[in-house]
Amino acid sequence: MGEILDFIIAKSNYWSYVVLMMIGLYAMISRQNYVRKIIGMSIFQTAVILFYVSTAVKEKAVIPIIAHGHGEEANAAIEASQYINPLPHVLMLTAIVVGVATLGVALSLAIRVYQKYGTLEENEINDMIREQ
Amino acid sequence: MSQHYPALIIVVPLLAALAAAAAGWINKRYCFPIAVASLAASFVSSVFLLGRVIRVKEVIYEMAGWTAPIGIVYRVDALNGLVIVVVTAVALVNLIYSKSAIEEDFPDKMGTYYALYILFATGLAGMVVTGDAFNLYVLMEIASLTGYSLMGLRRDRATVSALNYLIVGTIGATFYLLGVGYIYIATGTLNMAEIASFMSQMSDSGSIRMAFVICLAGLFIKMAFFPLHGWLPNAYTYTPTASIGLIAPLTTKVTVYIMIRMALSVFTPEFSFKTIELSGAIVWLAIIGIVAGSCMALAQKNFKKMFTYIIVAEVGYMVGGFWLGNRAGISGSVLHIANDALMTLALFMAAGIFARKIKGEEISDMQGLFRKMPWTMAAFVLGGLSIIGVPPTCGFFSKWYLISGGIEAGNYYFVGALLFSSLINAVLFFRIFEVAYFEPFSESHGHDHSHGHEAVAVEEAPLGMLIPFYVVAISLVILGIFSGDLITKIIYFAIPAGIV
Repeated sequence: MGEILDFIIAKSNYWSYVVLMMIGLYAMISRQNYVRKIIGMSIFQTAVILFYVSTAVKEKAVIPIIAHGHGEEANAAIEASQYINPLPHVLMLTAIVVGVATLGVALSLAIRVYQKYGTLEENEINDMIREQ
Repeated sequence: MSQHYPALIIVVPLLAALAAAAAGWINKRYCFPIAVASLAASFVSSVFLLGRVIRVKEVIYEMAGWTAPIGIVYRVDALNGLVIVVVTAVALVNLIYSKSAIEEDFPDKMGTYYALYILFATGLAGMVVTGDAFNLYVLMEIASLTGYSLMGLRRDRATVSALNYLIVGTIGATFYLLGVGYIYIATGTLNMAEIASFMSQMSDSGSIRMAFVICLAGLFIKMAFFPLHGWLPNAYTYTPTASIGLIAPLTTKVTVYIMIRMALSVFTPEFSFKTIELSGAIVWLAIIGIVAGSCMALAQKNFKKMFTYIIVAEVGYMVGGFWLGNRAGISGSVLHIANDALMTLALFMAAGIFARKIKGEEISDMQGLFRKMPWTMAAFVLGGLSIIGVPPTCGFFSKWYLISGGIEAGNYYFVGALLFSSLINAVLFFRIFEVAYFEPFSESHGHDHSHGHEAVAVEEAPLGMLIPFYVVAISLVILGIFSGDLITKIIYFAIPAGIV
């Protein structure tokens, strides 16, 4: 039991992203309401962002800004292990932008659907389509 | 100039999308010339690029001069050199074909529509030429987001399908992103060539195996590979004419290309075919997908929906052929990406003309069409024969390579599924030909579908639609005749030497 607990705690960042991701996936698949599906989609994307950012962490490392990076000290050697990896953060900046854009398109489509059918429940919309 | 072709393919349409959106505010008439000029520039660049790739085998373009691991490179070899030509050609021809349809469907949103159209083509072209795994994700999302908008821009049933497609498509793209994350954890790089160079030492790594499976799952969702195809038929059936000619031929094909690129140049063939023992299972899924797609196509009364199920079956051809893992199968798969893009385009161009002229989407609405629009039907017959796989159309040759790949691999179920699907396709198209040729034209038809439209005279399509349609239909035959050259001069070099 103790070993399993240690294993879970040691990899807590992975566990939390997997749990979040599955919550999002479940919401997307099981919910009938499109707004809830879209919320699930956002959680799903955010889980991956969390995963990326957590991989950048190093123990006892600081943010990757080099103090006194100008002047004669600028060319001093840099110990990479003292700084957290900035690349995942930069990648996720792009992914956040993509996520916001996706959310925007999804919500605008949802507004269109609501204007046309007067509801956002998937089963009710499907019934209306079938009756046509 | 000539060394900048890989960048020009992307940059020219990217800027033109802005210009087209701006032109929509000033004068709508400028939008179309801007769009055509930018896509034509993109197409010409890609043709020259292919010529250069045939001579030098590989072109690497460093964006803004930053070298490989730090900067983003665009890498073009025989594999994507061919695909990029197909992507830009389809986007250009369909744009010229759709001019009147766009004016009719989106009179007050032309600037927006053209901007989205060009951006979609840019995204796909970028996915094809990029040599960076994360850059690919961003371009994939550019193509997807503009694709959802192109589908849902008209206020009709398509908005629901587009929203469903968006939710499923986002799952696929996010899975791909997660897979790239695992690759990055294991290798510390996002450059495809550099990842491949680490792969021989990494084949035991759990992260890499996980990355492979997640990436593949994401791509399978995106390409509508059976059983993850559920979103495709509805999404494609209700899409406006101008958009479907762009989206249906290209989205699935480019995603199949990405799968091939990931398997061959990122995970390396050694790992994809031998270390990970999944190829047998994937070929089985492809077999089921081909049979199921064909059967579901047979069950449809709506011809557009029938075409969408044919796409599902065709995705099975390409995926199955590739995972056979021998030279003939992979050649057939790559050749089929080019052929199927043009065949699908021909089918949906015909569907667009029918939808305009007969105002009905059922096969039974097509009575007597051979007499009313003989030229359109003649080109449609060429498209149909190519899907069935009748020589000398190109569909025959890629199917030939796929079947010989199946025989070489000893997988007779795959061969059987291909033959079965060809048979079903023959039934599908001759059913349409029969209705359209032998049954007399009835004036009353389509009245219950017209939804208050004024009666439209059923006659030949306008030349603006017919000429691009003929360009595509004739290119099906030309591609077929020159497919031997395509195989020996281009596709042969796209496959790593280790694969026999």
